[in-house]
Amino acid sequence: MENLSLFFNFGLPLIVLMVAYFIGSSIEKNHFANIREREDDLHGFPVVSFDTMPDDWNVSSSDMVTGSIVVSLDYFKRVIAGLRGLIGGRIKTYEPLLERARREALLRMTESARAQGYDAIFNVRLETSRLANAARDGKGTAGVEMLAFGTAVKLKGRFG
Amino acid sequence: MDVSNSSIVISNTESIPGRNIVEFYGVVTGNTVRAKHVGRDIMAGLKNIVGGELKGYTELLQDSRREATDRMIEQAKSMGANAVVNVRFATSSISQGAAELFAYGTAVRVS
Repeated sequence: MENLSLFFNFGLPLIVLMVAYFIGSSIEKNHFANIREREDDLHGFPVVSFDTMPDDWNVSSSDMVTGSIVVSLDYFKRVIAGLRGLIGGRIKTYEPLLERARREALLRMTESARAQGYDAIFNVRLETSRLANAARDGKGTAGVEMLAFGTAVKLKGRFG
Repeated sequence: MDVSNSSIVISNTESIPGRNIVEFYGVVTGNTVRAKHVGRDIMAGLKNIVGGELKGYTELLQDSRREATDRMIEQAKSMGANAVVNVRFATSSISQGAAELFAYGTAVRVS
């Protein structure tokens, strides 16, 4: 009986922590590999953040495009981040999360523009919003939303 | 995600590329407040253990943002505009489990 309560109090959270660590790491690794592949595929598609277009771009039509994603950290990393919060300093576990969310949002925006036949996107803006409460102890949904939006343009003759 | 509406052009730049603004109508806004769905929340809670994309939430926010944009476009149309420029988005969480999605821009007539 004592062994059972010991298991539920310490063993189970530890197992969940380990499962979260292994699955979470593999999801992150695969996501980064997927992002790199798609970025290579979109290489050469102009996505810029200036708000005015070069004079020689001859636009035939334009529209706004967006791309967004909501991601969360795994339980293991949230606990680590919570501990790190006690002593302060750089929280390394959150950095790759935000990076992959941002790159994914940009990719989705660019892919949607390309699928609709646009040639370039300019005035790209990125926005981050915290979606839900992320409690220190690692409970609660710690979602972060990343939104990328910009103005996609069709050009009469590519860059002509 | 396609946020366009057939008869109105929207852009987050100060003008519509390749066209001239002939008349200004003022700021138009659109908002929507959404709460998360229990079923989706349970799924997201499970997904939250291993991390990664929370697809239910991504879709929820996309739909909400589209609705906010559509409301903004409706307002612009009712003013007689044919374009909305300088569109911005804002998100704010008002209470636990609910968020406001807000879109605003300047309604104009372009030639």
